[in-house]
Amino acid sequence: MNALLLTMVPLVGAVLAVAWPSNRTRPWFLPTFGALHFLLVSWLFLRPPVVAASAWLGFDPLARAVLPAVSLLFLVCAAYGVAYLRIRSERSNRVFVALLLAVLGLLSAGHQARHLGLLWIATEAVTLAAVPLLHFNGTPRAFEATWKYLLVGGTGIALSLLGSFCLGYASLHGGGVGDLTFAALTAQGTALSRPWVLTAWVLLLVGYGTKMGLAPMHTWKPDAYGEAPGIVGAILAGGVTTVAFTAILRVRAVIGAAGEGPIADRTLLVIGLFSMLVAALFLLGTRDFKRMLAYSSVEHMGILSFGAALGGAGVAAALFHVWSNGLTKGALFLSAGNIRRAAGSPSMDVVRGMSMLTPRSAAIFVTGMFAVTALPPFGPFFSELQVVRAALASGHGVATGMFLGCLLLAFFGLTRVVFGIVDGRPRPTTRASASRFVETAGVIAPPLVLLGMSLGLGLFTPAILREAWLAAVNQVFPTP
Amino acid sequence: MSGGTLNLLIGLAMGLNLLALGSSRLPSLIRSMSLQGVVLGLMPLLMEPERLDWRVVAVALATMAGKGIVIPWLLRRAMRAANIERELQPFLGYVPSLLLGAGGTIAAVALAQALPLLPEHAGTLLVPGAIASMLTGFILLIGRAKAISQVCGYLILENGIYLFGLLLIHSTPLLLESGILLDVTVGVFVTGIIVDRIQRAFDSLDTRKLTTLRE
Repeated sequence: MNALLLTMVPLVGAVLAVAWPSNRTRPWFLPTFGALHFLLVSWLFLRPPVVAASAWLGFDPLARAVLPAVSLLFLVCAAYGVAYLRIRSERSNRVFVALLLAVLGLLSAGHQARHLGLLWIATEAVTLAAVPLLHFNGTPRAFEATWKYLLVGGTGIALSLLGSFCLGYASLHGGGVGDLTFAALTAQGTALSRPWVLTAWVLLLVGYGTKMGLAPMHTWKPDAYGEAPGIVGAILAGGVTTVAFTAILRVRAVIGAAGEGPIADRTLLVIGLFSMLVAALFLLGTRDFKRMLAYSSVEHMGILSFGAALGGAGVAAALFHVWSNGLTKGALFLSAGNIRRAAGSPSMDVVRGMSMLTPRSAAIFVTGMFAVTALPPFGPFFSELQVVRAALASGHGVATGMFLGCLLLAFFGLTRVVFGIVDGRPRPTTRASASRFVETAGVIAPPLVLLGMSLGLGLFTPAILREAWLAAVNQVFPTP
Repeated sequence: MSGGTLNLLIGLAMGLNLLALGSSRLPSLIRSMSLQGVVLGLMPLLMEPERLDWRVVAVALATMAGKGIVIPWLLRRAMRAANIERELQPFLGYVPSLLLGAGGTIAAVALAQALPLLPEHAGTLLVPGAIASMLTGFILLIGRAKAISQVCGYLILENGIYLFGLLLIHSTPLLLESGILLDVTVGVFVTGIIVDRIQRAFDSLDTRKLTTLRE
C-alpha cells in the first residue's frame, strides 16, 4: 500500500499539473509533490515495512537503500525548477512539470519493483516520459539528441525485455509455474536452465546497462545530457541511471542463486573498467562542459558496476557511491546549467572567464568538480575508497591499478575543461550574454545545498544509512 | 495443437523480413512491417485453441490493431508530411542487406538447435523466427538513413521479441504482453511526434543530417 502510494502521489501531482491553468504558478507543483514524496520516503525509511515475499511492489531493503537519495535529489532539483522555469517563462511548462513528476512516480515504481515484468514496464515508462524533457529547449540540436536517445535507449529497452523473457523461460524450463517475482526466481536457484540464464544475463546487462550508460552502450548520454536543461540532466544522472543499477543488482541476485555468480561478477568488472576507460579517454578530448558531465557520469556508472562485481563489501560501497555521486553530480549539473545559460554556449572554445561573470556558480562548479574527482572530505572520496578497499580485499590488484589509473585520467580531463571555462578573460559576446543572467538565490541555493550534502555524507555518514546499505547487501546476497 | 499452421505463419513472417530488407520504397517497407504485425497477432489465437481465454484474444486483437493499423497510419502520415517516398542512399545496400538477412535466417535456425526447449515448443519455429526478425530489425536500424525506415526496423525488432514472448504466453500472467503493447503504442506515438519535429527542423527525415553532436 505504502509502496503504491510512493508511485501514485507524484502521478496524481502530474495529472493536477496538466489541469492547472496558470503557467506562472504551476512550477510550485514540483517542490510541493517532491516534499510530499520525500516525507513519505523518510517515514518508510525510518520504519521499514515488512514486505511479503510474493509482493510485486514493495519498499524492500534495496529500495530503502537507494530511493531516499533519488527523492532527496528530486526535492532539491524541484526547488531549482521553480527558479529555472521563472527564467524560462516564455515557454509553456505544462508538459515539463507534469512529466518531471511522472518520472519521479515511475522511478519510485522501478526502484520498488520486485517482479521482472513490472520492473521492465516501469523502466520503459521512465524512458518514454523523459523524452519531451530532453527537447524542452526546442533547438535542432535538442531534437537530434532526442532522436538518438530514443533509438539507442529503445533498442536497449527492447533487449532487456528479451532478457526478461529468457529469464522467464529459464524458470519455465526448470519446472517453474510462471511466477516471475525475483523472490520466486531466486528460490528456484540452480533449477533454472543454465543456457537460458546466461543468455538472459547478457541481454539484461546490455539492456539495463544501456539505460545506465555503461560503455559501449553509452552513446546517447553525451548528446542527451549536453542538450537537456541542467535540472533534467541532474535527475537523469542521479535518478534514472540508479533505477537501472538496482535492476542489475536484482537480476544479479537471481543469477547468483542460479550458481552463475562468478560469471556475472567477471562481466560486471570488465564492463565497469571499460566504461571508466572510455569515459576517461573522451574526457581528455571533449570541449563541451555539459558533455563533459555526461562522460563523467559514464565513468561513475563504471565505478558502480566495478563495485557491484566485488561481492558484499563492494555492493555496499557501490550503494554508498549511488548517494555520493547522485548528490554531487546534481550540484554540478545545476551549476553548469547556470553557467551555460549565462554564457550562451557550452563550448570551451567560446566560453572563458566565467569566474568573473557568474562567480557563485563558477565556485560551486569548481568545488563540485573536485568533489566528484574524489577530493577528501567529500562523499565520493569515501565511497570510492571503500570500492578500492573491497577490490584489494578480494584480490583484484591489477584491476584496482587500472581503476585508479582511469580516475587519474578523468581528473586530468575534468580539470582541463573546468578551468578552461572558469579562468581567463571573458569575450565581449559572453559578457553581453551574461549580463542578462542574474544569479538569484533560487538558482544558487539548490546546487549549494547538494554540495553541502555531499560534504556531510563524507564527513559523517549517518549510521542508519550504513545499516540500510548492509541490509540491501543481505538482500542481494541472501546466503550469509 | 495446430503446430503446422503456426509454423506456416512464422515462415510467412520470416519471408516478410526479407521483403522488408529488399524494398527501397517506403510504402512497401511499411506494408511488409504491418502485414507481419497482423500475422503475429493471429498466432496467439492459433497456438493452443483449447486454452483460449479472453485475455489472449484481447492481446491478439490489440496487436493486430496496433501493429496492423495504427502504427502504419502514423508512419504513412509522417511520410506524406515529409514528402519522401524512397530510401535512395542507404548506408547498407539492398543486396548486401538481403544476403545478410538470408544468411542470418539460416544461422537462426542453426542457433535455435543449441538452446534447450520444452517438448511442447521443440517442434515450432518460434525461436528461429524470433532471432531472424530481431536480426532483420537490427540490419534496418543500422543500415538505413531515413528516420521512417529506422522506425520500421525497430518495430520488426520488436516483432521478433514478441515472437519469443509467445513461448511464455500461457505460463505467465499477461503482464509482459501488455508491456509490449504499451511500448509499441506509446513509443511510436512519441516517435511520430519526434519525426514530425525532426522534419520541421531539418526539412527532411534524413538522419544523416543529424551529425552536429559528436566528439
